[in-house]
Amino acid sequence: MFENLSQRLQDVFANLTGKGRLSEADVDAAMREIRLALLEADVNFKVVKEFVASVRERAIGQDVMRSLTPGQTVIGIVLDELTGLLGETNARLTLTGRIPNIVLVVGLQGSGKTTATAKLANLMRKQGKRPLMVACDVYRPAAIDQLEALGKELDIPVYRGQGTDAVAIAQAGVKEAVANMRDLVIVDTAGRLHIDEEMMDEVVRIKNAVAPDQILMVVDAMTGQDAVTTANAFASQVDFDGVVMTKLDGDARGGAALSVRSVTGKPILFASLGEKLDSLEAFHPDRMAKRILGMGDVVGLIEKAQENIETEDAEALEARLRTSDFSLDDFLVQLRQIKKMGGMSALLGMLPGMGKLKGGVPEIDERQMDRVAAIIHSMTAKERRKPQIINGSRRERIARGSGVTVPEVNQLLKQFAEARKLMKQFQKSGGKGLRGMKLPPGLGQF
Amino acid sequence: MSTPWFKRLSEGLTRSRERLEGQLNVLLRRGPDVDETFWEELEDALVGSDMGITAVTEIVARLRDLAARRALPDAHSVIALLAEEIAAEFPSEYADFLSETPVTILVVGVNGTGKTTTVGKLAKESVDSGRRVLLGSADTFRAAAAEQLDIWAERAGVPVVRRDRGADPAAVVFDTLHQATADGSDIALIDTAGRLHTSTDLMRELQKVQRVAERESTAPVRVLLVMDATTGQNGLQQAREFNSALGVDGIALTKLDGTAKGGIAVAIARELDIPILRIGVGEGLADLKPFSAPDFAAALIGEA
Repeated sequence: MFENLSQRLQDVFANLTGKGRLSEADVDAAMREIRLALLEADVNFKVVKEFVASVRERAIGQDVMRSLTPGQTVIGIVLDELTGLLGETNARLTLTGRIPNIVLVVGLQGSGKTTATAKLANLMRKQGKRPLMVACDVYRPAAIDQLEALGKELDIPVYRGQGTDAVAIAQAGVKEAVANMRDLVIVDTAGRLHIDEEMMDEVVRIKNAVAPDQILMVVDAMTGQDAVTTANAFASQVDFDGVVMTKLDGDARGGAALSVRSVTGKPILFASLGEKLDSLEAFHPDRMAKRILGMGDVVGLIEKAQENIETEDAEALEARLRTSDFSLDDFLVQLRQIKKMGGMSALLGMLPGMGKLKGGVPEIDERQMDRVAAIIHSMTAKERRKPQIINGSRRERIARGSGVTVPEVNQLLKQFAEARKLMKQFQKSGGKGLRGMKLPPGLGQF
Repeated sequence: MSTPWFKRLSEGLTRSRERLEGQLNVLLRRGPDVDETFWEELEDALVGSDMGITAVTEIVARLRDLAARRALPDAHSVIALLAEEIAAEFPSEYADFLSETPVTILVVGVNGTGKTTTVGKLAKESVDSGRRVLLGSADTFRAAAAEQLDIWAERAGVPVVRRDRGADPAAVVFDTLHQATADGSDIALIDTAGRLHTSTDLMRELQKVQRVAERESTAPVRVLLVMDATTGQNGLQQAREFNSALGVDGIALTKLDGTAKGGIAVAIARELDIPILRIGVGEGLADLKPFSAPDFAAALIGEA
């Protein structure tokens, strides 16, 4: 897994402490790391070039060279630039006063248009609208059935026209909305390749026929370098108003968001995060910026934790954390919870500051976690509460009891000590356990 | 270099070329000099194909070394060598299990890569080669997935086994494989629901599907991962996770008819050595083609 950018920048600058001031070559080294991080995150290479140039300019112009913590100052600039580029927080759909409002959903095949259409209808209904969905994908087998099934699930009406003329269906859909007192029409269209002239022409004709308030382009968060080509083509031919990023519940870093935003200038309005129909949210540029940089989605992590951890366990854990009475038993509870949340590897990508643990968190296979549990189970209750009493002969006994080697026991104890230290730092920074988790100091200013 | 699929591929590339700068053919147009700018632009172009900066850095370093040692005269010869090097990243010897008889194939992948469409195209290919085909619709999650597969089955003229939406996918696999045995099918193609590789529960569900398939199938069971060519670096993670959960036997790389180059396939081949068996180049029944590493490499670097 790619290391956290902030850790790597700190490494770059760590060699320089004591040198007094940074040279331009040092800044170059930092810029190289930023470039690598962005490329790994699938930001288009041309966008990366421009971005790094502008960060470089700011970095040189600012106090980085005199700063005591140049790594963090640079990271601050990168995050700031990135967040700024990604757009304003909580952008919303701009709808006019006319009735019905019309939203047109476009994009490539498989980006998630039909699902996004249903999720958007659901969200808008919560905001007081009476939506009608119109199924204009007359090409993909059963696409119309899919939208209809989703409509049934949500209890939101779907208009399915007759024939294979998507333009006519869209127009009839709008009429249907007027007749049935619906004040929002969301038109789902077929997936199309940006280089398919006939299909691009069709979507332009739909646009001209129904004059939508907003056109949304659906973009898969896993998209690579080609995102700029696609977005440019859709922007110049269809002139969409905003973007819905889908499949953000995976572990893709989502650099496509930056690519699309910077080549088209269109805002990213929504983030789609799951298979459930209520998982469409306002887009958060700050969260996205951290994610692209590999700095972890702390808020996302907390939300995931809240979904999965039983409240009682969490409360007990919180209490322990507050009294820094965190024992190996609590560690066991945590291991169980981590397993529930999809295993360590799934969580690692979301967690910032992992590089801070000595030696990093090694690649954890889930069996390793079972071994750790076995080691703890081989300890006495007292040992679990006070691991500092575990001396050489106890270590040997524990190793024998759990079928591991003494170095493995040592490693666990060391990791536990680190974790405990980290917990204490959380506390000092005013965190209240998992609920109001704050970043450890040193990362706090981001 | 003039197989029909490649023509389509290069037509797509030609169209995009008119709009896109910074691709490799630009390197060829800029003259024969092999200077620092050449290497920089070469690196950019490869990064632009989604090959990933790690693979690109390594390949470019190797190429520089080879170019110096062999005293390659100009940019064109460097690029010809690059094509060979990229082609050599793909496994050279493997069995095309999609053409074996009898066989049971689990078609897996993340959401929206084109699994159902690929199953439809594979059904057609198998029928055309004179085999008896049975489809199983184990995507019981996505709305209308079974209906979608029904339509493909009808187009290809093959039977399909399905249950209601929300049913246990493993049960569909059970039914499908029992019917395959009863019918004496040569190939059973099982469509599964799209799932993100980060979803532990859904990956576990897939492992169960595989266990049931292995228990109930009289034919060998193979796993085909369907991957979207527009995918960036996350593709490598997808391949790793599906491979460690199930053991992926082959890949179908779809949507190569756009402007994306599918360079992530190179990174996957380097790390996991999984063969690419088919490429998807369109929405028609016949738009599934065999993979050829040299042709793919040539298309990737825009040499046509």
